[in-house]
Amino acid sequence: MTDYFNEMYQNGAVRPPYARLEDWMKLMPAELRQMKQAEAESLFRRIGITFAVYGEGGDPDRLIPFDMFPRVFTGQEWSRLERGIKQRARALNAFLVDVYGRGEIVKAGRIPARLVYQNEAYEKAVVGFVPPKGVYSHIVGIDLVRTGPDEFFVLEDNCRTPSGVSYMLENREIMMRMFPDLFRENRIQPVDSYSERLRRTLASVAPAKCKGDPCIVILTPGHFNSAYYEHSFLADLMGVELVEGQDLFVEGEYVYMRTTEGPRRVDVIYRRIDDAFIDPLCFRPDSMLGVPGLMDVYRSGGVSICSAPGAGVADDKAVYTFVPEMVRFYLGEEPILNNVPTWQCAKADDLKYVLEHLPELVVKEVHGSGGYGMLVGPKATKDQVETFRKKIEDDPDNYIAQPTLALSTTPTFVAEGIAPRHVDLRPYCLVGEQIDLVPGGLTRVALTEGSLVVNSSQGGGVKDTWVLAE
Amino acid sequence: MRLTVDHVTRYSYDQPVRGVVQSHRLTPTAFEGQTVLDWTVEVTDGLAGGAFRDGAGDRIQSWSVQGPVSEIVVRVRGTVETVDLAGMLKGHRETVRPEVYLRETHATWADAALVALSAAAEGAEGPLDAAHRLSEAVAEAIAYEPGATEAHTTAAEALAKGAGVCQDHAHALIAVARAREIPARYVSGYLCADAEGAPHEAAHAWAELFIAGLGWIGFDPANRCCPDARYIRLGSGLDAQDAAPIRGVARGPGSETMDVRVSVAPGGGQSQSQGQQ
Amino acid sequence: MLSRTADNLYWIARYMERADIAARLLEVGARISLLPSAHGYRSEWDSLLQSSGTADGFAKKYGDPVQRNLESWLFFDRDNPSSVASCITAARENGRIVRTALTSQVWDALNTAFQELRQMERKPRSELELSLLTEWVMRHAAMVRGAIDATLLRNDGYNFLNLGYYLERGDNTARMMDVKYYVLLPRIEFVGSGLDNYQWTTLLRAMGAHRAFHWAYGGEVTAAKIADFLILNPQSPRSLITCVAGMNNHLGRLAKAYGRVTRAQGKGAAMLAELETTTVEKVFDEGLHEFLSRFIGESAELGGLIHEGYLSGDVR
Repeated sequence: MTDYFNEMYQNGAVRPPYARLEDWMKLMPAELRQMKQAEAESLFRRIGITFAVYGEGGDPDRLIPFDMFPRVFTGQEWSRLERGIKQRARALNAFLVDVYGRGEIVKAGRIPARLVYQNEAYEKAVVGFVPPKGVYSHIVGIDLVRTGPDEFFVLEDNCRTPSGVSYMLENREIMMRMFPDLFRENRIQPVDSYSERLRRTLASVAPAKCKGDPCIVILTPGHFNSAYYEHSFLADLMGVELVEGQDLFVEGEYVYMRTTEGPRRVDVIYRRIDDAFIDPLCFRPDSMLGVPGLMDVYRSGGVSICSAPGAGVADDKAVYTFVPEMVRFYLGEEPILNNVPTWQCAKADDLKYVLEHLPELVVKEVHGSGGYGMLVGPKATKDQVETFRKKIEDDPDNYIAQPTLALSTTPTFVAEGIAPRHVDLRPYCLVGEQIDLVPGGLTRVALTEGSLVVNSSQGGGVKDTWVLAE
Repeated sequence: MRLTVDHVTRYSYDQPVRGVVQSHRLTPTAFEGQTVLDWTVEVTDGLAGGAFRDGAGDRIQSWSVQGPVSEIVVRVRGTVETVDLAGMLKGHRETVRPEVYLRETHATWADAALVALSAAAEGAEGPLDAAHRLSEAVAEAIAYEPGATEAHTTAAEALAKGAGVCQDHAHALIAVARAREIPARYVSGYLCADAEGAPHEAAHAWAELFIAGLGWIGFDPANRCCPDARYIRLGSGLDAQDAAPIRGVARGPGSETMDVRVSVAPGGGQSQSQGQQ
Repeated sequence: MLSRTADNLYWIARYMERADIAARLLEVGARISLLPSAHGYRSEWDSLLQSSGTADGFAKKYGDPVQRNLESWLFFDRDNPSSVASCITAARENGRIVRTALTSQVWDALNTAFQELRQMERKPRSELELSLLTEWVMRHAAMVRGAIDATLLRNDGYNFLNLGYYLERGDNTARMMDVKYYVLLPRIEFVGSGLDNYQWTTLLRAMGAHRAFHWAYGGEVTAAKIADFLILNPQSPRSLITCVAGMNNHLGRLAKAYGRVTRAQGKGAAMLAELETTTVEKVFDEGLHEFLSRFIGESAELGGLIHEGYLSGDVR
């Protein structure tokens, strides 16, 4: 394990952010730990946080394992991360405004036109339309990994509808209920203002036609969706309605929701459904989830949609390579957070390198998500590598590869006691009239020893993430 | 040339529906080849919604009708002054990059046969010549035969059949052009048919290909020509569905039947359209 | 509130009440079948299936009405949309959809019923006695109802829940009486016979109103007394008048809260006015079956008006 950066222990000494956790950890008897773990689980179940896993059958109301050992950042570490995250979120939005407008970055030759304009996520329907306040991606989830005290890498950006923020909030809530003493001893910055800040962000991008307090709704694909709990949780925290497509309708220049007292105008839609499904009159005609005519209302300024349709072109894995370039081009700054070096299998040279080094690399599908369709070279069997080699050769454009990163570890409660496990981090950056970030995020942990895959669909768990006050 | 359009679409529902929402691309776009003199779109019991020009330069207008309703009539009337520009779309304001129109869609996917057909462009003297050759090849390969295909027929299916209508010709031309890395798009509009022209051709469709240095140029394989003063251009898209003049959804269990009547006639339309009031 | 949310709440109540009724119906069937048959075992169970509106589905799946199959059908079978298991699952799913409109107590009650149901479904049927099953249903139905009454905000959602409860309950009281009076009793000369009385008593038991009835009326069980008790007595928790009055109360609250009267209020008021002024004699003059059929029709009409006025989403 010496190859990995251990966030708690460095050269046999406890790193400062974890200083007060050592005693807590050592003094907790095994029985108490088990009791607390059971308590946490029953709290989650009672609250109703469950997460359906695609394609596995079994219990549709599965819990994501919660690890009680927190992941800790000092205020100083965080402030650098914060600057880097906000910088990236700004650049991504500037990119979106640009490529749906004048396309300066393409004209300047800083990103290939093909990657942008032939990208499936590039929406012709919104070309020339500037969303309110020039914001396309209102919630930017940036997946980060750490490899050393000061080394952070961005694994990917999520500009559409990053999920998981409900875990950030619930993990904190449950930790505070179970270990109030920890919160007295450590000065931990709160995260519970997230919902209020999200509401403020959404309200700030209400269309110009909206006078007064905007009516905000969350649009969900429905209660069969694996993230339905999160949708209803956020709606409840913000005090807004959770609607399905069938609850909304277009009349004249506006969108309305169907209420027991008659139609009520909706100003801002925080949608948790994909572009392709939001309006059968503009996109997929077979969509039953969307609202017919919504895009016409949107494009004529009658309603705001968050994230804006078309935002997905910024978080495409092939476009990802160019985000540092976006930071330089639009902001005139050097990127604070680095990308992971990435090979594009679409390029002949890169493809050659990738095929020669498959057992060392992590290979991902360009449009994949959730850890599906992914090869972790060092953890894969020979057969798996060879199967994947065929897939890449058949459709090189569909794959990118990255070096296997030495993800940092944090102490984690496991069956035998406490052991280091690999983690990543997803903070949620809010972009509206202002740019805003709560001090925290979702830490995902690979619970299997040695595993580097933190996705909940692949046996990952979650942790509370602390940022200490200075 | 002055052209007068009278285009009536009647939607009937066997049971009253709870509401209808439509998105129209029914107003001619302005460019050097056409000037709109007067133009009205009416929807029975309809409430006009948002109107705007999209990035492709098309005029979009949405409509909603509050139910219960059993019949909706969309009536388009107007007069346009056209000029023959040999198919060139001069002075058309749009911001969508031509590269966007290299993307394939279900209807315009090029199968092996279409890729083979695209070889017609080989040896061409420049891209404009290539475009003409492709258009000619499509006209040769797909005979004009009303009723041979339907609304959801793809370019590949029409070519396999060797027969189709203007929509199939346009889809096939788009497919072969994109196969040659030439941006191509579907255009819907009207055609003032001459004496021997079939009347249903009045609601017409063709393709535009982007030729570097010249811009977008229309090709009508169905009539083996480039659009001239007899053509009125309404709007464009990646394929027929994307460029449809009317897209709509009715909410309710009833099934829909549609009846379309289009007349495009030469001459000033003012007196004629008033006469029909 | 969102029309769909109101609809979900309304259906939570209807499904829970329906589960309760399904269990009670099972108990009636089991008890009546203990008695020497008047016209064959089969037709008695058949009439119960008829009253639950699921006879065709049962016949298709099982054929002969053997008691064990009937129990499976009315309790566990997911192919029967009115079975206890179907109703509890549907109620819980409606609850999950509007989770945030419920208190954690109400959600807990719904979810616990569902989780226990799933455990029961895994047990061998031989370990599950019918009386335990029916008691289990009634206990959980009462827990959900109790959690609603004790913890829920008295807002519009509360009114929609109660409308669901009262509508379903009134409808079912009428159906059960009709089955007894019109279907179960084979011939008119049995009226007043031992069999007649036994059936009425069983019905009262199933409705949990057996003792209440005797306190209120005493003496012989007669059709007239029962009709008075289950139709016109406002003290009876399941009487038609209690249910209609309950709906009027909640419709009135909605009208006040929204500042708007729908056709449902008018219909509810008319139904209540009739029940308040009629007498048992008039009911029997009309014919009990005719009266009950008319009530069931009007109740369905009121349900339709509630849907139209609040739940459909087409409210203007």
